[in-house]
Amino acid sequence: MKGILKLAYKLLINDRAKFTALLVGITFAVLLMVMMTSIFAGVLNRSSSTVINIGAKLWVMDPAVQTVANTIGMPDYVLDAVRSMPGVKYAVPLFSGGALVKLEDGTYQAVSVIGLDDTTLYGRPVMEQGQISDIFAENSFIAVDDSEFAKLGNPHVGTTFELNDHRGVVVGVAKVSTSTLFGVPTLYTTYNRAIQYIPNPRYTISYILVQPKSAGDIPAIQREVNRLGYMALTREQFESRIAWFYVKQTGLGINLMLMTLISFIVGLSISGQTFYTFILENLEKFGALKAIGTRSRELVLMILFQATFTALTGYGLGVGFCTLITTLAKMRLPDYAARITYTNLGIALVMVIVIAAMSSYVGVRKVLRIEPFDIFRG
Amino acid sequence: MSEVAVKANDVSKWFGEGEARTDALKKVCLEARFGEMVYIVGPSGSGKTTLLSVISGILRPNSGDVYCVKTNLWQLQADALADFRLHRIGFVFQDYHLFPRLTTAENVAIPLILQKRNWDEAVEEGKKVLNIVGLKNRADLPPVKLSGGEQQRVAIARALVSQPQILIMDEPTASLDGDTGRAIVSFVKEQFLNPEHCILIVTHDSRIYEYATRIMQMEDGKLIGETERPR
Repeated sequence: MKGILKLAYKLLINDRAKFTALLVGITFAVLLMVMMTSIFAGVLNRSSSTVINIGAKLWVMDPAVQTVANTIGMPDYVLDAVRSMPGVKYAVPLFSGGALVKLEDGTYQAVSVIGLDDTTLYGRPVMEQGQISDIFAENSFIAVDDSEFAKLGNPHVGTTFELNDHRGVVVGVAKVSTSTLFGVPTLYTTYNRAIQYIPNPRYTISYILVQPKSAGDIPAIQREVNRLGYMALTREQFESRIAWFYVKQTGLGINLMLMTLISFIVGLSISGQTFYTFILENLEKFGALKAIGTRSRELVLMILFQATFTALTGYGLGVGFCTLITTLAKMRLPDYAARITYTNLGIALVMVIVIAAMSSYVGVRKVLRIEPFDIFRG
Repeated sequence: MSEVAVKANDVSKWFGEGEARTDALKKVCLEARFGEMVYIVGPSGSGKTTLLSVISGILRPNSGDVYCVKTNLWQLQADALADFRLHRIGFVFQDYHLFPRLTTAENVAIPLILQKRNWDEAVEEGKKVLNIVGLKNRADLPPVKLSGGEQQRVAIARALVSQPQILIMDEPTASLDGDTGRAIVSFVKEQFLNPEHCILIVTHDSRIYEYATRIMQMEDGKLIGETERPR
């Protein structure tokens, strides 16, 4: 069997022009597919940045909330009710809203403000500069050093700004794992300062962050919250809800999916046609092999091996190029959102396998149909 | 008298059905023995290549039996038939059908590779046979770099490398000039023909008749006569 595969390998790679054309086709298709899906993954990841960065296990919200950005305030009694539910270890309020800050140079900049529970600072970020306890000082805010940080004029401890005619002071700089989607910098402060500084509707609790006593308590808490007319989602459920919103409601998902599909079709067309030509050119040789005594399944194995080898090599090259481009882009463009995940790689791999299968199917049919007698007839 | 190598009993083969039916072989009986170099000759369309295909296990006849080295070929399952061809029969095709992307030695080694021999060993064996056919120095070249006569020798080396009992050659001199054609057939006869081997050749080329031990004439799907020649 090894000899047959080596024969198939040599027949494939020694035909350099065809092999290169096949590789270029598949590499290009994989590059496009992984780029598209990784941009999509990056956008979805950023759309859930607050959820990821805060890191609470369970989020209570109004059932109409679709994304982190579109919050609907909840009355205080919901917080009390949640705190009294069996299975809840603790529950704290979170404010999430937007504001305009006036920087020291007089320019205005839209920001996202996260108000952490004054008592626990639950969901606080990791500090790069300053102490988290300084957040309790007068007018204090913590700036987040993400891809939008420069829009605040690269602030440092002591930098001042105005927010809704209130003085604000940067008392620390923090880092988070995920930048935001909408291109605005993030400021952390306490919940009470946030609702004091930012004009608000009647109800001010954007989310209630819940720590259950155990993971097994989560379904019961969700049912209890539902009875109150609100919704409790785990972090993963909330991320899925946000992702689903962007996929379904914004057209983003459809557009990127179409681009991925087009990449797939381009790859299939190039590699399918080239592979078919390769088989056609070697058809008589396959017929001769059949006459000499090669079994049909050995010929099928040769073709499948050739298709698989080409597909996997093209896949590796495509993923490599994509990683290179993404890395270079991130070095130059901090806002670049692409994110290569195992799911992206898995999707591209499945599509490449489909390309290989469809390309080899045509070749296999041709080779199985050729009669050695045709070789004798010339 | 030596043993029968190939025997065909009342073999018929037709293509198409109804009015479109063409009878390529009409109850053909043939016997070739070990130690013989049998030519099947006749005009185009007489059924020579069809007969060769049927008796070498490549084309299933509509009726009749074919015995090849005492094996009823068409009773064998597809895999067994392929194995039989691989181990017992060597083929030299009219257009050689060498792989242009492999070296000459690798081309020769193909039957051994198909027999699941180690690649390097098979190529070494191929080189030895190339040496026999006088192409030792061409072993690492692709076949496209060789002349027509040399390519024919490579095809012969490939057919002989697995030491088959029966050698089937289809128009072996069709693409060669007279001298080269004669040299090739003479060489095959010298190297291969012995009491353990049988050679069957389909040809139009009367210039090589002198090497045959027996010549069978075909016309309209029938064997119409045969000529015994001195060995």
